[in-house]
Amino acid sequence: MSALYDRTTSTTVAPVSVKIVISGGFGVGKTTFVGSISEIEPLLTEADMTDESVGVDNRDPVPGKVTTTVALDFGRISLDETLRLYLFGTPGQDRYAFLWDDLVEGALGAVVLLDTQRIEDCFPAIDYFEEHRVPFLVAVNHFQDTRQFELAEVREALGVDDLVPLVPCDARRRDSVKGVLVALTEEVLARRLAEQAAVF
Amino acid sequence: MTGPRGQAGRRAAGGQGGPDPSRAQLRPVGEHEYDPADDMVIRPFLLTGGRTRPVQEGLRVETLVHARPRSATAVLRFEHQQIVQLCREPTSLAEISAALRVPFGVARVLVSDLVADGSVVVTEREELSIQLIERIRDRVRAL
Repeated sequence: MSALYDRTTSTTVAPVSVKIVISGGFGVGKTTFVGSISEIEPLLTEADMTDESVGVDNRDPVPGKVTTTVALDFGRISLDETLRLYLFGTPGQDRYAFLWDDLVEGALGAVVLLDTQRIEDCFPAIDYFEEHRVPFLVAVNHFQDTRQFELAEVREALGVDDLVPLVPCDARRRDSVKGVLVALTEEVLARRLAEQAAVF
Repeated sequence: MTGPRGQAGRRAAGGQGGPDPSRAQLRPVGEHEYDPADDMVIRPFLLTGGRTRPVQEGLRVETLVHARPRSATAVLRFEHQQIVQLCREPTSLAEISAALRVPFGVARVLVSDLVADGSVVVTEREELSIQLIERIRDRVRAL
Protein backbone atom coordinates (compact mmCIF):
# COMPACT_ATOMS: atom_id res chain seq x y z
CA MET A 1 0.00 0.00 0.00
CA SER A 2 2.79 2.43 0.65
CA ALA A 3 6.20 2.77 -0.85
CA LEU A 4 7.33 5.00 1.99
CA TYR A 5 6.21 2.71 4.73
CA ASP A 6 8.91 0.27 5.72
CA ARG A 7 7.14 -2.97 6.51
CA THR A 8 10.09 -4.27 8.50
CA THR A 9 9.32 -1.75 11.23
CA SER A 10 6.20 -3.56 12.25
CA THR A 11 4.65 -6.98 12.15
CA THR A 12 1.21 -5.46 11.72
CA VAL A 13 -0.17 -3.84 8.60
CA ALA A 14 0.45 -0.12 8.43
CA PRO A 15 -2.69 1.75 9.38
CA VAL A 16 -4.45 4.09 7.00
CA SER A 17 -5.70 7.48 8.18
CA VAL A 18 -8.57 9.43 6.72
CA LYS A 19 -9.96 12.77 7.84
CA ILE A 20 -13.26 14.54 7.85
CA VAL A 21 -13.45 18.28 8.44
CA ILE A 22 -16.05 19.69 10.84
CA SER A 23 -16.83 23.29 10.04
CA GLY A 24 -19.33 26.03 10.77
CA GLY A 25 -19.58 29.27 12.66
CA PHE A 26 -17.96 30.14 15.94
CA GLY A 27 -19.64 28.43 18.89
CA VAL A 28 -21.94 26.28 16.78
CA GLY A 29 -20.86 23.07 18.52
CA LYS A 30 -17.95 21.72 16.51
CA THR A 31 -15.97 20.69 19.57
CA THR A 32 -19.07 19.05 21.05
CA PHE A 33 -19.66 17.21 17.78
CA VAL A 34 -16.11 15.86 17.69
CA GLY A 35 -16.15 15.05 21.43
CA SER A 36 -19.36 13.03 21.11
CA ILE A 37 -17.73 10.38 18.97
CA SER A 38 -13.97 10.70 19.44
CA GLU A 39 -12.18 7.99 21.40
CA ILE A 40 -9.81 10.62 22.75
CA GLU A 41 -10.65 13.92 24.39
CA PRO A 42 -10.60 16.42 21.55
CA LEU A 43 -7.06 17.71 21.43
CA LEU A 44 -6.15 21.26 20.73
CA THR A 45 -3.14 22.44 18.87
CA GLU A 46 -1.85 25.65 17.32
CA ALA A 47 -3.19 28.10 19.92
CA ASP A 48 -5.08 28.32 23.19
CA MET A 49 -8.39 29.99 23.57
CA THR A 50 -8.03 33.71 24.14
CA ASP A 51 -9.75 35.46 27.02
CA GLU A 52 -11.93 37.46 24.64
CA SER A 53 -13.59 34.35 23.31
CA VAL A 54 -14.69 33.10 26.71
CA GLY A 55 -18.38 33.77 26.91
CA VAL A 56 -18.76 34.14 23.18
CA ASP A 57 -18.50 30.41 22.74
CA ASN A 58 -19.94 29.54 26.12
CA ARG A 59 -23.03 27.98 24.65
CA ASP A 60 -21.83 24.46 25.12
CA PRO A 61 -24.39 22.52 27.15
CA VAL A 62 -21.70 20.33 28.73
CA PRO A 63 -21.16 21.80 32.21
CA GLY A 64 -17.81 23.39 32.85
CA LYS A 65 -16.57 22.74 29.36
CA VAL A 66 -15.16 25.88 27.83
CA THR A 67 -12.74 24.51 25.26
CA THR A 68 -13.44 25.84 21.83
CA THR A 69 -12.13 25.93 18.31
CA VAL A 70 -10.12 29.09 18.23
CA ALA A 71 -7.49 27.24 16.29
CA LEU A 72 -7.51 23.57 15.55
CA ASP A 73 -9.05 20.76 17.51
CA PHE A 74 -9.51 17.20 16.52
CA GLY A 75 -10.66 13.78 17.54
CA ARG A 76 -9.82 10.23 16.56
CA ILE A 77 -11.89 7.14 15.85
CA SER A 78 -10.22 3.77 15.27
CA LEU A 79 -12.60 2.20 12.76
CA ASP A 80 -10.68 -1.06 12.74
CA GLU A 81 -7.12 -2.19 13.39
CA THR A 82 -5.80 -0.60 10.24
CA LEU A 83 -8.17 2.28 9.61
CA ARG A 84 -8.25 5.50 11.60
CA LEU A 85 -10.65 8.35 11.09
CA TYR A 86 -9.66 11.82 12.28
CA LEU A 87 -12.15 14.62 12.73
CA PHE A 88 -10.75 18.13 12.46
CA GLY A 89 -12.66 21.18 13.58
CA THR A 90 -11.91 24.22 11.46
CA PRO A 91 -10.74 27.40 13.11
CA GLY A 92 -13.57 29.86 13.32
CA GLN A 93 -11.79 33.09 12.75
CA ASP A 94 -10.35 34.97 9.84
CA ARG A 95 -6.90 35.11 11.37
CA TYR A 96 -6.54 31.34 11.01
CA ALA A 97 -7.49 31.28 7.36
CA PHE A 98 -4.00 30.04 6.47
CA LEU A 99 -4.76 26.77 8.28
CA TRP A 100 -7.75 25.90 6.15
CA ASP A 101 -5.86 24.58 3.14
CA ASP A 102 -3.74 22.32 5.36
CA LEU A 103 -6.81 21.02 7.11
CA VAL A 104 -8.98 20.44 4.09
CA GLU A 105 -6.45 19.06 1.60
CA GLY A 106 -7.08 15.38 1.10
CA ALA A 107 -10.18 15.28 3.31
CA LEU A 108 -12.83 12.68 2.59
CA GLY A 109 -15.43 15.42 3.00
CA ALA A 110 -16.76 18.07 5.31
CA VAL A 111 -19.64 18.60 7.72
CA VAL A 112 -20.93 22.16 7.96
CA LEU A 113 -22.63 22.56 11.33
CA LEU A 114 -25.36 25.15 11.32
CA ASP A 115 -27.06 27.08 14.10
CA THR A 116 -30.50 28.17 12.92
CA GLN A 117 -30.22 31.38 14.92
CA ARG A 118 -27.06 32.39 13.10
CA ILE A 119 -27.35 30.80 9.69
CA GLU A 120 -25.06 33.37 8.07
CA ASP A 121 -22.14 32.22 10.24
CA CYS A 122 -21.67 29.13 8.09
CA PHE A 123 -21.67 30.95 4.71
CA PRO A 124 -17.87 31.29 4.51
CA ALA A 125 -17.45 27.56 5.14
CA ILE A 126 -19.99 26.62 2.47
CA ASP A 127 -18.35 29.03 0.02
CA TYR A 128 -14.96 27.50 0.75
CA PHE A 129 -16.09 23.89 0.22
CA GLU A 130 -18.02 24.75 -2.92
CA GLU A 131 -15.05 26.61 -4.33
CA HIS A 132 -12.61 23.81 -3.51
CA ARG A 133 -15.04 21.10 -4.66
CA VAL A 134 -14.96 19.32 -1.32
CA PRO A 135 -17.96 17.02 -0.80
CA PHE A 136 -19.96 18.34 2.14
CA LEU A 137 -23.30 18.24 3.86
CA VAL A 138 -25.03 20.69 6.16
CA ALA A 139 -25.96 19.40 9.61
CA VAL A 140 -28.55 21.53 11.39
CA ASN A 141 -27.58 21.45 15.03
CA HIS A 142 -30.54 21.82 17.38
CA PHE A 143 -29.71 23.43 20.66
CA GLN A 144 -32.12 23.22 23.53
CA ASP A 145 -34.82 25.89 23.41
CA THR A 146 -34.05 26.68 19.81
CA ARG A 147 -37.01 26.88 17.50
CA GLN A 148 -36.95 23.91 15.17
CA PHE A 149 -36.78 25.38 11.72
CA GLU A 150 -38.17 23.48 8.84
CA LEU A 151 -35.23 22.09 6.88
CA ALA A 152 -36.73 23.54 3.70
CA GLU A 153 -36.66 27.01 5.22
CA VAL A 154 -33.05 26.54 6.15
CA ARG A 155 -32.20 25.37 2.67
CA GLU A 156 -33.78 28.44 1.16
CA ALA A 157 -31.89 30.72 3.53
CA LEU A 158 -28.64 28.92 2.72
CA GLY A 159 -29.01 29.07 -1.02
CA VAL A 160 -27.33 25.72 -1.49
CA ASP A 161 -27.99 23.32 -4.32
CA ASP A 162 -30.78 20.79 -3.76
CA LEU A 163 -28.15 18.10 -4.15
CA VAL A 164 -26.36 19.18 -0.99
CA PRO A 165 -27.70 16.98 1.81
CA LEU A 166 -29.26 18.80 4.73
CA VAL A 167 -29.62 16.68 7.86
CA PRO A 168 -30.78 17.35 11.40
CA CYS A 169 -28.23 16.77 14.13
CA ASP A 170 -27.72 16.87 17.86
CA ALA A 171 -24.00 17.34 18.33
CA ARG A 172 -24.25 16.11 21.94
CA ARG A 173 -25.56 12.70 20.95
CA ARG A 174 -23.18 10.07 19.69
CA ASP A 175 -25.75 8.24 17.56
CA SER A 176 -26.77 11.51 15.93
CA VAL A 177 -23.15 12.42 15.13
CA LYS A 178 -22.63 8.91 13.80
CA GLY A 179 -25.66 9.33 11.53
CA VAL A 180 -24.23 12.58 10.15
CA LEU A 181 -20.90 10.92 9.36
CA VAL A 182 -22.63 8.00 7.64
CA ALA A 183 -24.70 10.47 5.61
CA LEU A 184 -21.51 12.27 4.59
CA THR A 185 -19.80 9.08 3.42
CA GLU A 186 -22.95 8.25 1.44
CA GLU A 187 -22.73 11.67 -0.16
CA VAL A 188 -19.06 11.17 -1.02
CA LEU A 189 -19.87 7.77 -2.53
CA ALA A 190 -22.77 9.15 -4.54
CA ARG A 191 -20.58 11.91 -5.94
CA ARG A 192 -17.82 9.47 -6.80
CA LEU A 193 -20.20 7.08 -8.56
CA ALA A 194 -21.74 9.99 -10.47
CA GLU A 195 -18.26 11.08 -11.61
CA GLN A 196 -17.53 7.54 -12.78
CA ALA A 197 -20.82 7.38 -14.66
CA ALA A 198 -19.96 10.67 -16.36
CA VAL A 199 -16.63 9.27 -17.57
CA PHE A 200 -18.08 6.16 -19.17
CA MET B 1 -32.64 24.95 -7.34
CA THR B 2 -30.57 27.65 -5.84
CA GLY B 3 -32.73 30.31 -4.25
CA PRO B 4 -31.68 33.76 -5.44
CA ARG B 5 -32.59 35.31 -2.10
CA GLY B 6 -30.54 32.86 -0.13
CA GLN B 7 -27.63 33.05 -2.52
CA ALA B 8 -27.57 36.83 -2.38
CA GLY B 9 -27.75 36.66 1.42
CA ARG B 10 -24.90 34.21 1.55
CA ARG B 11 -22.66 36.31 -0.67
CA ALA B 12 -23.49 39.51 1.14
CA ALA B 13 -23.08 38.28 4.70
CA GLY B 14 -19.80 38.16 6.57
CA GLY B 15 -19.73 35.65 9.40
CA GLN B 16 -16.80 33.97 11.04
CA GLY B 17 -17.12 30.47 9.71
CA GLY B 18 -14.09 30.54 7.48
CA PRO B 19 -11.55 32.43 5.52
CA ASP B 20 -12.63 35.20 3.23
CA PRO B 21 -11.06 34.36 -0.15
CA SER B 22 -11.06 37.97 -1.31
CA ARG B 23 -9.10 38.99 1.75
CA ALA B 24 -6.75 36.07 1.36
CA GLN B 25 -5.87 37.25 -2.11
CA LEU B 26 -4.98 40.67 -0.81
CA ARG B 27 -2.57 39.23 1.68
CA PRO B 28 -0.09 36.87 0.01
CA VAL B 29 1.82 34.44 2.21
CA GLY B 30 4.65 36.11 4.06
CA GLU B 31 3.28 39.62 3.73
CA HIS B 32 1.07 39.82 6.80
CA GLU B 33 0.68 43.07 8.59
CA TYR B 34 2.23 43.01 12.03
CA ASP B 35 -0.11 41.77 14.71
CA PRO B 36 1.34 41.24 18.19
CA ALA B 37 -0.81 38.13 18.57
CA ASP B 38 1.09 36.53 15.70
CA ASP B 39 4.10 36.22 17.98
CA MET B 40 2.57 33.17 19.60
CA VAL B 41 2.63 31.51 16.22
CA ILE B 42 6.06 32.71 15.13
CA ARG B 43 8.00 32.12 18.34
CA PRO B 44 7.76 28.31 18.30
CA PHE B 45 9.60 28.27 15.00
CA LEU B 46 12.78 28.87 17.02
CA LEU B 47 12.64 25.09 17.47
CA THR B 48 13.06 24.66 13.75
CA GLY B 49 15.81 27.24 13.37
CA GLY B 50 13.30 29.55 11.76
CA ARG B 51 12.35 27.07 9.04
CA THR B 52 8.67 27.00 8.28
CA ARG B 53 8.72 24.72 5.25
CA PRO B 54 9.29 21.01 5.74
CA VAL B 55 11.99 19.29 3.67
CA GLN B 56 9.53 16.48 3.09
CA GLU B 57 6.44 17.35 1.07
CA GLY B 58 3.03 15.80 1.52
CA LEU B 59 2.89 15.72 5.32
CA ARG B 60 -0.68 16.34 6.38
CA VAL B 61 -2.33 16.78 9.76
CA GLU B 62 -3.63 13.20 9.57
CA THR B 63 -0.41 11.64 8.23
CA LEU B 64 0.69 8.78 10.49
CA VAL B 65 4.27 8.78 11.69
CA HIS B 66 5.97 5.60 12.88
CA ALA B 67 9.41 5.36 14.48
CA ARG B 68 11.84 2.79 13.20
CA PRO B 69 12.44 0.23 15.94
CA ARG B 70 16.01 1.05 16.79
CA SER B 71 16.15 4.75 16.11
CA ALA B 72 19.13 6.14 18.02
CA THR B 73 17.27 8.72 20.04
CA ALA B 74 20.33 9.57 22.12
CA VAL B 75 21.83 11.66 19.35
CA LEU B 76 18.61 13.56 18.68
CA ARG B 77 17.56 16.92 19.99
CA PHE B 78 14.95 16.99 22.70
CA GLU B 79 11.88 17.61 20.53
CA HIS B 80 12.99 15.08 17.93
CA GLN B 81 13.53 12.56 20.69
CA GLN B 82 10.04 13.19 22.04
CA ILE B 83 8.56 12.59 18.61
CA VAL B 84 10.42 9.31 18.11
CA GLN B 85 9.25 8.07 21.50
CA LEU B 86 5.68 9.14 20.80
CA CYS B 87 5.74 7.34 17.47
CA ARG B 88 6.55 3.88 18.80
CA GLU B 89 2.92 3.47 17.80
CA PRO B 90 1.79 5.12 14.57
CA THR B 91 0.79 8.66 15.56
CA SER B 92 -0.71 11.43 13.47
CA LEU B 93 1.05 14.73 12.95
CA ALA B 94 -1.85 16.48 14.67
CA GLU B 95 -1.39 14.31 17.77
CA ILE B 96 2.36 14.98 17.75
CA SER B 97 1.67 18.70 17.54
CA ALA B 98 -0.76 18.52 20.46
CA ALA B 99 1.53 16.35 22.60
CA LEU B 100 4.55 18.59 22.09
CA ARG B 101 2.38 21.70 22.44
CA VAL B 102 3.82 23.20 19.30
CA PRO B 103 1.90 24.52 16.29
CA PHE B 104 1.24 22.07 13.51
CA GLY B 105 3.65 23.88 11.20
CA VAL B 106 6.48 23.34 13.67
CA ALA B 107 5.64 19.67 14.18
CA ARG B 108 5.64 19.21 10.43
CA VAL B 109 9.15 20.61 10.05
CA LEU B 110 10.46 18.51 12.94
CA VAL B 111 8.89 15.32 11.56
CA SER B 112 10.25 16.01 8.11
CA ASP B 113 13.75 16.22 9.67
CA LEU B 114 13.21 12.77 11.18
CA VAL B 115 11.96 11.36 7.88
CA ALA B 116 15.05 12.76 6.19
CA ASP B 117 17.46 11.13 8.65
CA GLY B 118 15.53 7.86 8.62
CA SER B 119 14.39 7.88 12.24
CA VAL B 120 10.73 7.67 11.30
CA VAL B 121 8.63 6.61 8.35
CA VAL B 122 5.30 8.02 7.31
CA THR B 123 2.36 6.27 5.74
CA GLU B 124 1.83 7.53 2.25
CA ARG B 125 -1.47 9.18 1.57
CA GLU B 126 -4.08 6.64 0.66
CA GLU B 127 -6.09 6.92 -2.51
CA LEU B 128 -9.72 7.43 -1.50
CA SER B 129 -11.03 4.51 -3.51
CA ILE B 130 -14.70 3.59 -3.57
CA GLN B 131 -13.82 0.44 -1.64
CA LEU B 132 -12.14 2.49 1.08
CA ILE B 133 -15.06 4.94 1.32
CA GLU B 134 -17.50 2.04 1.60
CA ARG B 135 -15.34 0.50 4.30
CA ILE B 136 -15.36 3.79 6.22
CA ARG B 137 -19.14 4.08 5.91
CA ASP B 138 -19.72 0.53 7.09
CA ARG B 139 -17.32 0.87 10.02
CA VAL B 140 -18.82 4.18 11.14
CA ARG B 141 -22.29 2.69 10.95
CA ALA B 142 -21.14 -0.24 13.08
CA LEU B 143 -19.66 2.00 15.80
